Amino acid sequence: MNISTRKFDTLVIGAGGAGLRASLQLSLADATVAVISKVFPTRSHTVAAQGGMNAALGNVSSDHWHWHMYDTVKGSDYLGDQDAIEYMCRAAPETIIELEHYGVPFSRLENGSIYQRPFGGQSQNFGGDQAARTCAAADRTGHAMLHSLYQQNIKAKTHFFDEFFAIDFIKNEKGLILGAIAVDIETNEKLIIEAKTVLIATGGAGQLFRTNTNASINTGDGMAMALRADIPLQDMEFFQFHPTGIAGKGMLITEGVRGEGGYLVNCEGERFMERYAPHAKDLASRDVVSRAIAIEIREGRGCGPNKDYVMLKLDHLGSEVIKKRLPGIRDTSMTFMGVDPIEEAIPVFPTAHYTMGGIPTNRYGQVVVPVGTGSEEVIPGLYAAGECACASVHGANRLGGNSLLDIVVFGRAAGNHIIDYLKENPHHKALPEDCADSILKRLERWEKPTDSSEKSYTIPELKAELQQVMEENCGVFRTEEVLEKGVIAVKEIKAKLKKAKMSDYSNVFNTARIEALELENLVEIGLATVISALARKESRGAHSRMDYEERDDINWMKHSLYFMENNALTFKPVRSKPMTVESFPPKVRVY
Amino acid sequence: MRFTLYRFNPETDSEPYMKDYELLNIEPGTMLRDALLRIKNEQDESLSFRHSCGEGVCGSDGMNINGKNGLACVTSVDSLKEPVTIRPLPGMPVIRDLIIDMTQFFTQYHVVKPWLIVKDPIPDVELKQTPEQRDKLDGLYECILCGCCSMSCPSFWWNPDKFLGPAALLQSWRFLADSRDQATEERLEALEGPYKLFRCHSIMNCVDVCPKQLNPTKAIGNIKKLMLKNMV
Ligand SMILES: Cc1cc2nc3c(=O)[nH]c(=O)nc-3n(C[C@H](O)[C@H](O)[C@H](O)COP(=O)(O)OP(=O)(O)OC[C@H]3O[C@@H](n4cnc5c(N)ncnc54)[C@H](O)[C@@H]3O)c2cc1C
Ligand code: SF4
Ligand code: SF4
Ligand code: FES
Repeated sequence: MNISTRKFDTLVIGAGGAGLRASLQLSLADATVAVISKVFPTRSHTVAAQGGMNAALGNVSSDHWHWHMYDTVKGSDYLGDQDAIEYMCRAAPETIIELEHYGVPFSRLENGSIYQRPFGGQSQNFGGDQAARTCAAADRTGHAMLHSLYQQNIKAKTHFFDEFFAIDFIKNEKGLILGAIAVDIETNEKLIIEAKTVLIATGGAGQLFRTNTNASINTGDGMAMALRADIPLQDMEFFQFHPTGIAGKGMLITEGVRGEGGYLVNCEGERFMERYAPHAKDLASRDVVSRAIAIEIREGRGCGPNKDYVMLKLDHLGSEVIKKRLPGIRDTSMTFMGVDPIEEAIPVFPTAHYTMGGIPTNRYGQVVVPVGTGSEEVIPGLYAAGECACASVHGANRLGGNSLLDIVVFGRAAGNHIIDYLKENPHHKALPEDCADSILKRLERWEKPTDSSEKSYTIPELKAELQQVMEENCGVFRTEEVLEKGVIAVKEIKAKLKKAKMSDYSNVFNTARIEALELENLVEIGLATVISALARKESRGAHSRMDYEERDDINWMKHSLYFMENNALTFKPVRSKPMTVESFPPKVRVY
Repeated sequence: MRFTLYRFNPETDSEPYMKDYELLNIEPGTMLRDALLRIKNEQDESLSFRHSCGEGVCGSDGMNINGKNGLACVTSVDSLKEPVTIRPLPGMPVIRDLIIDMTQFFTQYHVVKPWLIVKDPIPDVELKQTPEQRDKLDGLYECILCGCCSMSCPSFWWNPDKFLGPAALLQSWRFLADSRDQATEERLEALEGPYKLFRCHSIMNCVDVCPKQLNPTKAIGNIKKLMLKNMV
């Protein structure tokens, strides 16, 4: 084994909001932290988040963390774990204030406090009037937050490995995770990073679908690494479709547009959300609004020559509000559609957006796996946070503004837990001699050309095929029949990928090789998603089965766990008991 | 549509060269990034460039497009003269094809201490800031560190290790302009001397190319003004 090795207390894989919040906590506590990221940290996809992050600060409407908790539980369609949700909603205000102290340039109210806007699914008093809970820096909140966190990390002297791609975890005989192997993209050199603790913070997998709001780097790498390390993925059937992606293209138009007073209309000019959600209207939960749009289009009330989108109208807000509060989406709309929203409505369509499922964790960010029947245990030293994790605070449907919150709350919580863990486990465990062998073996096929005359495939063609299959067979509305087709099709793609070839085997910044490794990961996430979706015979949150239209709390109020080995599924109960308050029992969800 | 792209792989090429490609059936509204991806996916997998978000927020795909620096993902090919000539951002070492080594650029960014410095005890609530004070950060905090500006600045090309360059200086002003920041004096002191700040000759290339319509020249002017004010 001829690979260089570096040792750190903690390895953080991913430099988005979750990874950087955790690494900051650790660097401030004088732990040695390595953060690896396949792109320069400020290029991570947190940078694209627009609308803002939720906290019951009560700066604009009266508010309470308990109301935020109620909304989140209801939004999750009662699949969220209520202890984790309580923890997140209670921690929200202080976490936001901390970010402000780190320099985040939040928009402000006249009295100098942080500006908050209404977002979907927010209420005062457990389902009463609309709340304004989303703290915003114009419509560039993710950018503002990610840059501030990166800046604080350079101040705190966090050690960055920029443009390093994590391949797999290294383990000892007992199955403990002792670090990871990464490749330096610039040189193709492999590096072992040994660590006492590892945090996975690799973000979501929006690239699964053809039209999506995600960056090309969002390929679910960390989740696939977990699968390969025999860790299951939880609730993968729940993929969020954001109601307002730019039609046909996918760029996101933030829910903040509707928060500021924008609304959706169909070809008849009707404000149709009034029919689907009489109370919350356009600010109903995302799953509800996305389904409503899909129904309008199916029933022939879509706009445009092919009647395949609806319009998001905001011209009535006036140029002042749009320029001040929504400058980024105005830019995007003009660049990609040639539409200035000050004058015209924007064509929109539900677009793949957010991975609710992920690596199962508890509310300290520790990765948990099932043992025996019914119970679970933590994997010592292994943590996950952010979109790749499933705590589960979003359950079957995430509320807008809760992900930026999730990543900083659980990034910080994981950081804190790691600090304690390091006190009790001050030494590195010995690495087995052969710990890298099987991983390097897996990589071999991408290292040099293999000559075989067999029919082969290219990575881009297989990626396009996967995205098409997922879009057609695992979209907003699902049935047994299309999901079954989807499972077969994704398995076929996986088989074809084994035969795929590259034409570029250079060692210098080989993006083709990185894309091959990413597609290997993405296919596993695709399989996890369709297989879990096929299994769940009910409709809950973002998972709508046309053949099982009702939510079924008796049989299905449980989390799914998908294992790579044999594509097996098991289930575990929802944690309905909060930390201190009463449980919110499942109710019919109306907005 | 015809493209001519800068190619260089240090493993196999002794010299960089330009290579021609042709794309048929380009849909109107296609962005340059999509066109380059089509070339890579359909014709030549070895073409290498950075990209990620596809919407002008991550700052990955700065390149020199028909002689002018910009982001491929927000540049519509409709607006470009043929053959579309693409080179890496100028002034920095090329790693491969359109990928440059940005180390020096980020080093200069770090030099300006781009983080909020507050010396008073931190309160339990947010540090207050009026909307007018906050407005001063507009046009500054939006920088995506794409490098288009610094890589268009002759002063930065000649002295990338001494002159901080427009991007870093814009960030310096972002913190000087922040009503919450309490390190004005150190920040200004650190910029003294003939190079760090004063190598800017207001040529304005940087303003011309910034894809986020930011204005580093004005920020640099503001720093100079503040220095003068603090001197008297
Ligand atoms: C367009 C858009 C707008 C959004 N707006 C909002 C909003 O307004 N409010 C809200 O709450 N949420 C919003 N979200 C969701 C939210 O932004 C994301 O869920 C969140 O930012 C994810 O953060 P993260 O830290 O988990 O991952 P990311 O920010 O995606 O970071 C992942 C990191 O992992 C690294 N990485 C991944 N794989 C590897 C590998 N193999 N090796 C090395 N490094 C790797 C990447 O380089 C990156 O640094 C939005 C999402 C999108 C797409
Ligand atoms: S104005 Fe100054 S910083 Fe901008 S390009 Fe000219 S010399 Fe460079
Ligand atoms: S100032 Fe503009 S051109 Fe320069 S790095 Fe920032 S965004 Fe890019
Ligand atoms: S790809 Fe992100 S800025 Fe162009």
